[in-house]
Amino acid sequence: MTPAVGHSVPRKDGLPKTTGAARYVDDLRFPGMLYGRTIRSTLPRGRIRSVHLDFDPAGFTVVDHRDIPGPRCNFVALIEDDQPFLASDRVNHLAEPILLLAHEDRERLMEARVHVEYEPEEPVLDPERSTTVFKEIRIRKGDVDAAMAGADLVLEGTYRTGHQEHVYIETNGVIAVPENGGITLYGSLQCPYYVHKALRALLQLPENRVRVVQTETGGGFGGKEEYPNILAGHAALLARKSGRPVKMVYDRTEDMLATTKRHPSVIRHRTGVTRDGRLVAMEIDVLMDGGAYVTLSPVVLSRGCIHAAGPYRCDHVRIDGRAVMTHTPPNGAFRGFGAPQTQFAMEVHMDRVAEALAIDPVTLREINALRPGDTSATGQTMGADCSAREALRAAVERSDYRRKRLEYAGTNRGIGLSLFFHGSGFTGSGEVYLASRATLEATESGVRIRVASVEMGQGTRTMHAQIVADALGIPYEQVEVVQPDTAQVPDSGPTVASRTCMVVGKILQRCAEEMRERLGDLTPGEYVRQHGPLEITRQFEKPEEISWDDTEYRGDAYAAYGWGCDVAEVELDPVTYEVRPLHLTVVHEIGKAIHPAMVRGQIEGGSAQGVGWALNEHVVMRGGGMVNPTLTDYTIPTTLDTPRMEVVVLENPTGYGPFGAKGVGEMPIDGPAPAVVNAIRHLGLDVREIPAVPEILMEAACASR
Amino acid sequence: MRFTLNGTETEVRAHPLKRLLDVLREECGLTGTKEGCGEGECGACTVLVDGSPVVSCLVPFAQVRGAAVVTIEGLGGDHPLQRAFAHHSGAQCGICTPGMILAAVALGPNPPLEEIRVGLAGNLCRCTGYEAIYRAVRDA
Repeated sequence: MTPAVGHSVPRKDGLPKTTGAARYVDDLRFPGMLYGRTIRSTLPRGRIRSVHLDFDPAGFTVVDHRDIPGPRCNFVALIEDDQPFLASDRVNHLAEPILLLAHEDRERLMEARVHVEYEPEEPVLDPERSTTVFKEIRIRKGDVDAAMAGADLVLEGTYRTGHQEHVYIETNGVIAVPENGGITLYGSLQCPYYVHKALRALLQLPENRVRVVQTETGGGFGGKEEYPNILAGHAALLARKSGRPVKMVYDRTEDMLATTKRHPSVIRHRTGVTRDGRLVAMEIDVLMDGGAYVTLSPVVLSRGCIHAAGPYRCDHVRIDGRAVMTHTPPNGAFRGFGAPQTQFAMEVHMDRVAEALAIDPVTLREINALRPGDTSATGQTMGADCSAREALRAAVERSDYRRKRLEYAGTNRGIGLSLFFHGSGFTGSGEVYLASRATLEATESGVRIRVASVEMGQGTRTMHAQIVADALGIPYEQVEVVQPDTAQVPDSGPTVASRTCMVVGKILQRCAEEMRERLGDLTPGEYVRQHGPLEITRQFEKPEEISWDDTEYRGDAYAAYGWGCDVAEVELDPVTYEVRPLHLTVVHEIGKAIHPAMVRGQIEGGSAQGVGWALNEHVVMRGGGMVNPTLTDYTIPTTLDTPRMEVVVLENPTGYGPFGAKGVGEMPIDGPAPAVVNAIRHLGLDVREIPAVPEILMEAACASR
Repeated sequence: MRFTLNGTETEVRAHPLKRLLDVLREECGLTGTKEGCGEGECGACTVLVDGSPVVSCLVPFAQVRGAAVVTIEGLGGDHPLQRAFAHHSGAQCGICTPGMILAAVALGPNPPLEEIRVGLAGNLCRCTGYEAIYRAVRDA
C-alpha cells in the first residue's frame, strides 16, 4: 500500500467544490426562514439619545439590548467581557451594532429605516495618542543598555503597517434555527466551540441546548475566528424572539465596514551592531491599534512581540509591546497574528543596518541567523530543526539573488529579501489551557475522524485523513471526516495559529496508533462486526521538556518553528510610481509536507496575500471608519497583480508534529512585504511603511532628491 | 420568460429586473453560482451567456431572454477543467471555483499562460495566489 503522507492524494473536498455541490451557508434555506439585518452606529463615539423605528413594524421582529436575558449576558465571551452584542446607551466605534431586524421579505427588510439620535463625543482615532492600554508585554534578555553602549554602530528606525482586510470571497454569514428548546447555529466559521461558548453565555443555555454546525467555509484567514461569535449571537437573538430560523449573510460592504481587520502597527527599532555585522543589542517597541474592544488584541500582541526580534541571535534584547484602544471597529485575528507586522519592521530594519555597515543583506543575515543551540529573545534554545540559514541559502541560490542584485542596480528593477520564522500552535501555555481533544471511530468501512477543526480551503479534512490512514495502516479512501458539529465532535480547539496539522494532527496520530494496537490483526470493519463499536478519544499532552513562564515571558514560546526566506523582484514605473511585483522565490522549511500540493497552495496563497498587503491593499480610514469598503476601491491582487512564484519546500522534521510536520498556514504571509519593500529600497527609495502605494513611493523619491 | 439553462429549454417566472444570480440560485435552485461582492468585481458569480463569461450579479434577468445560460451545474461533473481543478488543488475554499472554471471554459482549449492570466483577471481568488489555477487550466 502506498503511504498517503507525503503524496498529493485527491482532496476530500475536490469534487463537491468543482461541481458546485458544496453547500455554503447562503446556499441553505429553512422553512419559515426570516432574513436578519443589523442597524449600526453612524458615528465613532457617543451616547445614544433615542432610537426611532421609521417603518410599520408589522411582520418585523425587532431586537435590542433589552431582549438579552440580563445585562451580564450582553458581552461577547472571548478574553475580556467588554464588547456588547448590542449597544445599550453608548457606542464606541462606527458600525457598532445597536438594533436587529428580521423579516421574511428581504426587500422590505432593507427598506426599513431606523433613526438613531446621538450625543457625539470626541473619538480617539490615533493609537499613538491613546491612553487606554488593553495589554502590555515585556520581554527581557541580557543587559541591553550596557551592550548598546559598547556597540560600534547604533541604528534607529520607525516602521508602520496598515490595516488589512481579509477578503475571504464568501462574506460572514450564519443561520440560527430555534429547536430543541435551544439554538442550532449553521455558519461560515473557524471555531465551532468559540461560537458555542459565546451562545451559551449570551442565551444562558446549558451545553446541550446549543449546537453549532460549520457549513462549507469560503475562506477565513482569521476573519472567521472571533467575529462569528457576535454575528451568531445576533441571529440567535432574532431566532429566539421570532421563533423562526433567521439567516444573516453580510453583503461585501457591511463585511468590510464592520468586521475585523489586521492590527495596524507602529514599531520602533534601536539596534546596536559591531563593525563586522554582529547584532549586540536590540531594543524594540511595538504598538498595535486594537480598535474599540479587546477581542483578541492581547494574544495578537503576544505573538507579534515574540517574533519581533526575527530569526536572529542576540544576547541583549528588550521588547516592549502595547495594544491600545481607539474608537474604530475592533481589529482581530488575521493570518500571521501580529508576526507579519513585527517581522516586516525587523526585516526592513535589517536591510538598513546592512546599508549602514556597507555589508550586503545576505551576509548580515548569515552572520546573525539563529542556529541550533542559539537562544531566541525569550531564551528558548533552538533545536536541531532550526533551519534559518538553510532557508536563506536555498533562497539566495534559487533566485540568483547576488547576480541580480548587481545586474538590477541603477535600473527600474529591484530585488530584495526577507528572512523569517513562525511558531506553530498557540503561544506559551496556550495549548495546555486549550486541552484539545480528537476522536477516532471505527466504522463498517474504515474509520471516521471527529474533530472540531474546520476545512476552509487549507485542506484540513484531507490532511487529517492522510495522517490517520498511515498511522493506522489503512487506505486513505477508508478514512472519512465528519463535518464539524458540536453535537458530534469533541472540542479540538479553534482552527487557527497553524495548529491544525501539528497539534490536532498529532492527537489524531496518537488516536490512530492506539486504535492500531486495539485492532490487532483485524481491519476496523472486522473489529466492529466482531466486537461492536470502537471509539478512541485523546487529549493534547504537553511535551515534558517544553516550559513557559507566562508572567516573565520567558521560555519555550512554541514547540516548533517553521523557517522561511523570500526573494522579491519588482519593477517601478518611473511615471506613475507604481510597483509591479514580477517574481517571488519562496523557501519554506516546514518539517514535513503531508500533502505537497496543498502545502504549495498554502504557501502561494499566503504569499500573494502578503504581496497584496505590501502594495495594493489600502484600508482608507476617515472619521473612524473605512471609506473604501468595496472590492472596487479596496483592491486585492488579481492574476495580473500577483507575481509568478517559485516555491521550494525544505523538510527538517520536528518531534512534536505528526510525521515531523510543523505549521504552514500562516508563515507565508510573514515574508513578502519586507522582501518587496527591500526590493524597493534596492531601487534607492527609503520606504518604511506599507501599503507602499504610489503616494508613499513618490514621497520617498522626493525626499531622496 | 424562456431561456436555455444548461442545455434545457426553461421557463421561469421572475421579475425582469431581478439579478440573474438570484434567479439561478433562488428560482432555479442552482446554488453553485456564488455571490462574492454584488458589484461585478470578484467574478464568483460568473456564468456563460451564449458562450461568453458574464457576472450574473450585474445582469438583469430580462437580458437572458432566449439566450443559452450555462452554470457550473451544466458542466456535469467530469469536465476536464473540473477534474484538473480538483487534481491540482486549484480549488481551496471553493467559493470562487465555479466562476473561475466557467471563465476558464471561455478561454477555449490549451490557452497559453499569458492568455490565462488576462482571461481570469476578472475572477478573484484569495486562497491560491492563482498558481494552482494556472496549473489546472494548462493541464485540462
